[in-house]
Amino acid sequence: MQKLGDLKLPNFFNYPPYFTLQPVRDTREKQVQLWKELILDYCRTQKIFVIGLEEEFPLFSNPVIERTLSHEAKEAFLSALVAEGRAEWMDKGHKKCLILWHRIQDWADLILRFVRENGLEDSVMTVEEIRSGTESRGTELHGMDRTVLMRALKQLEHKGKLAIFKGTSADDEGVKFSL
Amino acid sequence: MFTFFTHFQISESKQAFSEELFDFKAQAGQNRRSALSKPSERVGVRFRLPPLFSVFSHRRSMAGKWLPAAELTASGRPVLCPGEIESSLLSSVDLHSEENPNFPNFKSGILILTTHRLLWISDSAPGTATAVAVPLAAINHIFPLKKSIKSMFASPRIRFQVSAAPDGKVDAGGSNLAVITLVLRGKGDHEAFVSKFWEAWRARAWESETPKSGSSSGTGGSGSREGESGWSSNGLRLAGVSGILRKEQEMWESTDKSLQEAFQDLNALMSKAKEMVMLAEKMRQKLLSGPTTQPGANDEEMGSKQEMQDWMLSVGIASPVTKESAGALYHQQLSRQLADFVKIPLEKAGGMINLIDIYCLFNRARGTELISPEDLLQACSIWEKFDVPVMLRKFDSGVMVIQNKSHTDEEVFARIKSLALKPDALKTGLSASDAAMTLGIAPAMAKEHLLTAESKGFLCRDVSADGFQFYINFFHEIDPSDLYFVKDYGIYDTWVKAALASW
Repeated sequence: MQKLGDLKLPNFFNYPPYFTLQPVRDTREKQVQLWKELILDYCRTQKIFVIGLEEEFPLFSNPVIERTLSHEAKEAFLSALVAEGRAEWMDKGHKKCLILWHRIQDWADLILRFVRENGLEDSVMTVEEIRSGTESRGTELHGMDRTVLMRALKQLEHKGKLAIFKGTSADDEGVKFSL
Repeated sequence: MFTFFTHFQISESKQAFSEELFDFKAQAGQNRRSALSKPSERVGVRFRLPPLFSVFSHRRSMAGKWLPAAELTASGRPVLCPGEIESSLLSSVDLHSEENPNFPNFKSGILILTTHRLLWISDSAPGTATAVAVPLAAINHIFPLKKSIKSMFASPRIRFQVSAAPDGKVDAGGSNLAVITLVLRGKGDHEAFVSKFWEAWRARAWESETPKSGSSSGTGGSGSREGESGWSSNGLRLAGVSGILRKEQEMWESTDKSLQEAFQDLNALMSKAKEMVMLAEKMRQKLLSGPTTQPGANDEEMGSKQEMQDWMLSVGIASPVTKESAGALYHQQLSRQLADFVKIPLEKAGGMINLIDIYCLFNRARGTELISPEDLLQACSIWEKFDVPVMLRKFDSGVMVIQNKSHTDEEVFARIKSLALKPDALKTGLSASDAAMTLGIAPAMAKEHLLTAESKGFLCRDVSADGFQFYINFFHEIDPSDLYFVKDYGIYDTWVKAALASW
């Protein structure tokens, strides 16, 4: 079985038609579905949040059978994820795509659980601390994308679970939890 | 010697030839014989039929009491006798006899003048059409067209006198007389028709045929050659090796002679064309019967014989429908003739054939009376209006083909599926040319089939630097909630096992 990073690749990854955007509707729907699942699985295991369409992306080519997805195909598969709320285009030109293998809501829940587990209900943390501090080590929050984290925090702020305040510099925002 | 010899051959090969091209009724109708049955068998059946106008349709109606019925092909074209050629065609013609009150009134049908007969075919769907024939041999007199003030306003009438048997049936040998009137209600050059009618009647084309076909129909089958009697026409003994050699020699001489005569000039070629067609047919028959004696004959020889046969087969429609003969009914009649013609090529091609291929085959068979692609297309599109067993089909890509109505895509899909499931195709895919080779069809056609199979979800495509390939489609077998699960005994499973070795 082939592997890509930590991800075990399924057998159909070597099926050449998997790499050609299928023109027939039913077949394409099936193909798109399989690609969506594989992209999410891959990003989850590799902790990848952003896929750049113009950059090399290991999942989008298979050297064993010498097949690579066309730009059109990549965009079609990512658009399908976007339509489902599992990804977001980061620009109008569809050059970068934010992959949400956890939805924002799920991320927010993860943050709350993290806060409770560490007894941080009334404390203050910087955003950077959440992403790369010692407390978050070993959790899914560790190393997460800043954009995604900010979105989740904003959602929580909206619900009154915390307050975000500006620090001295722009990239030094603080969070005051109030659960 | 020469005359007798060719005489015989002409009548025999004509029989076979006309059988080949026109006698589809016998194939499709009563006997339901396979069209691929040996030509010798078919010739045999044909020989048992009386030679000329008494070829009755099994669909005998009231009309048969007064006029001999005429046989029609499945598409409603008349089955012509050996050597018979169509010369003119008129629509909306009534045929009746003023003197005989019991004579049925044949209203508004198509009138076809041939060198042998005057055919009247009712203007209804093939299969239900009535067709009767007046043998020109039975005509005693053709009255000239009346020129009067009155005739300027009424539809032109052509009257002619025929011999009839005492019971009133039209018969060349009958002692009674009857007058038949044709009322020409349709448009067309009626005077030209009358003069052609005169010409055909005067030419007495039937006279040169009757005795010959009579002589060969006696014993029936191809066994009744002159060699059978042990004597050739010039009195030389035809037995043993020397007899065979002499016979062979005579044949060469006669063949040589007709070839030489034919190529003297174009006019001569035209007049010899019919004979050439028969010669070709004769040679084809010979080739067909030849190789069976030597089962060990080498493949190359067999191949060239096969090729020769194919050439021979493509020679000659003896009486092509032309604009000149059919006039306004040109496309309609052409369409019917084409429907009859395509049967054999269609069977060979497995039920579907490219329009371009048919265009070539049809024009080759027509010889000098070529038709334009537009005419062909029009002829094909009229098929919808008739009840013919073939149809024109346009693929999404714009490729047009002729196919049997009974032809189903399912059959083709099943074959393509089994092709795509072969180990090689599982590993490297199936290209249009692979499929064309295995299915024995043109690559363009194979591609159409593959694309149709793809659209039905049987196949899916792989476009890469290596080209355009098709694979068996098993996307639907994969469970999106468990990407690693391979169901046992599915196509996916088969593919994994076949492809695993190459990873």
